[in-house]
Amino acid sequence: MEEVPHDCPGTGSAQAGRGASCQGCPNQRLCASGAGAAPDPAIEEIKEKMKSVKHKILVLSGKGGVGKSTFSAHLAHGLAADENTQVALLDIDICGPSIPKIMGLEGEQVHQSGSGWSPVFLEDNLGVMSVGFLLSSPDDAVIWRGPKKNGMIKQFLRDVDWGEVDYLIVDTPPGTSDEHLSAVQYLAAAHIDGAVIITTPQEVSLQDVRKEISFCRKVKLPVLGVVENMSSFVCPRCQKESQIFPPTTGGAEVMCQDLQVPLLGRVPLDPRIGKSCDKGQSFFVEAPDSPAALAYRSIIQSKCSGIQDFCSLRQPKGEDRVSA
Amino acid sequence: MEAAVEPGNLAGVRHIILVLSGKGGVGKSTISTELALALRHAGKKVGILDVDLCGPSIPHMLKVQGQAVHQCDGGWVPVFVDQAQSISLMSVGFLLEKPDEAVVWRGPKKNALIKQFVSDVAWGQLDYLVVDTPPGTSDEHMAAVDALRPFSPLGALVVTTPQAVSVGDVRRELTFCRKVGLRVIGIVENMSGFVCPHCAECTNVFSRGGGEELARHAGVPFLGSVPLDPKLTRSLEEGRDFIQEFPSSPAFPALSSIAEKILNETPI
Repeated sequence: MEEVPHDCPGTGSAQAGRGASCQGCPNQRLCASGAGAAPDPAIEEIKEKMKSVKHKILVLSGKGGVGKSTFSAHLAHGLAADENTQVALLDIDICGPSIPKIMGLEGEQVHQSGSGWSPVFLEDNLGVMSVGFLLSSPDDAVIWRGPKKNGMIKQFLRDVDWGEVDYLIVDTPPGTSDEHLSAVQYLAAAHIDGAVIITTPQEVSLQDVRKEISFCRKVKLPVLGVVENMSSFVCPRCQKESQIFPPTTGGAEVMCQDLQVPLLGRVPLDPRIGKSCDKGQSFFVEAPDSPAALAYRSIIQSKCSGIQDFCSLRQPKGEDRVSA
Repeated sequence: MEAAVEPGNLAGVRHIILVLSGKGGVGKSTISTELALALRHAGKKVGILDVDLCGPSIPHMLKVQGQAVHQCDGGWVPVFVDQAQSISLMSVGFLLEKPDEAVVWRGPKKNALIKQFVSDVAWGQLDYLVVDTPPGTSDEHMAAVDALRPFSPLGALVVTTPQAVSVGDVRRELTFCRKVGLRVIGIVENMSGFVCPHCAECTNVFSRGGGEELARHAGVPFLGSVPLDPKLTRSLEEGRDFIQEFPSSPAFPALSSIAEKILNETPI
């Protein structure tokens, strides 16, 4: 486990719970008892479950409100545009689930079947799961501490009947804490293709995103690339471009060079994106030829550098297509 | 001073305000910073406690990143932002060795640090302590509310942006406030409109009016909308004193009127 501070001896080591740095750690007792060393049996169960899921992509950002859920939703829409591609969208933002609203599925409920929870299907090939489907009113607050949130994520990964899926997109809350660690740990044995990291151009956001990339490195999660959202704003009246979130430190481009991660693309700020999310409609349908829709599409589909190609190059062994 | 020692380090703090939002990136830290600056302009002594442990932004906004926290007899000495020592700040950002280091902590560790922040920071005499929180309704919020309860905080300022997705998260935050018995001072709508610097056209980038409608629906006061202003983002980016530098900005009247409402509520 990599989420621990650098002076932690590690839960599996002989020093667990006994080192000098363990003093005062809330897990000291647990570690000393040796219970920390045993892996959660759910990891194996999830590995079994995930055998029918070809690609798993996490959408992350250290900063909130940069467009993770909007991007996740449009990644799902974009991939599901091919009706032969089965897409699953899982929202693990337990305290602030926005996916039901953005997908136009507010008020839907999850059904229980013999093989687990059934996701809510927006299209035949696009299934969605979110804690929002389990709440009885939109005012319901999920006031949960870490362990309960982790339990919910475990259930989402183990007990949802996704069926045969080409892409599982996991939308996360901001930060580098319980939800992120749990998703990565539970999926560890099942192999995650990687993480797409969303940022906005200003330094306040980039500084949190650098932390997120350092998190990915700590937990050995490959970074597929960075998407810069809300890059520029085109005034609907005078058509001139301006920057609402000025890239005072060079924006995502300079950060990507510094940290040697690919920049997948830039999406301009279009007021219609927010509006289509509010209405629960796909922006691809709302404004298919807008610069923002084209930017989204190129991030997903562009040859060699797009998310789709990245994943197909990393087909798990045994499913490799025959090459010429 | 003898009496001040008894109930701990918050004894000299008159009013505590929490800044909350269910949604991330709506401007909690921006509003916290600006509120502190506005209160300071009204001649108050202000402290800011940043309990966003995984993404602390305030040190950067106030241009004090890289400073270290010192220890004194009374506990941790907060970092002073200005010469006159009228704004002090405590954040996990000051405890990190490298600015890009990720604080990858689960709940219990976060709770322990927040408890320490509440009990061990030697704030001294303050008129207002503004507590900036991360998005959500989870560990940090419960820990902060629990630890601050003995000092009866004035209440919570709930920040939202106007679009429906954000308002949805904020409704959940209001439920949180009700459940934990925290009074809602009011709702602030941030990033309402964008004034194009070329033609002065005001576009509602994230639609409009959601905050006010929500306040009416929930029966809590609506404190005002703060428009998007690239100058504001830039001045915060560069860590300048927004209130001093941009009294001509379209965001300025909104901010000072919010500060005034809070001042009126708390006659000293």
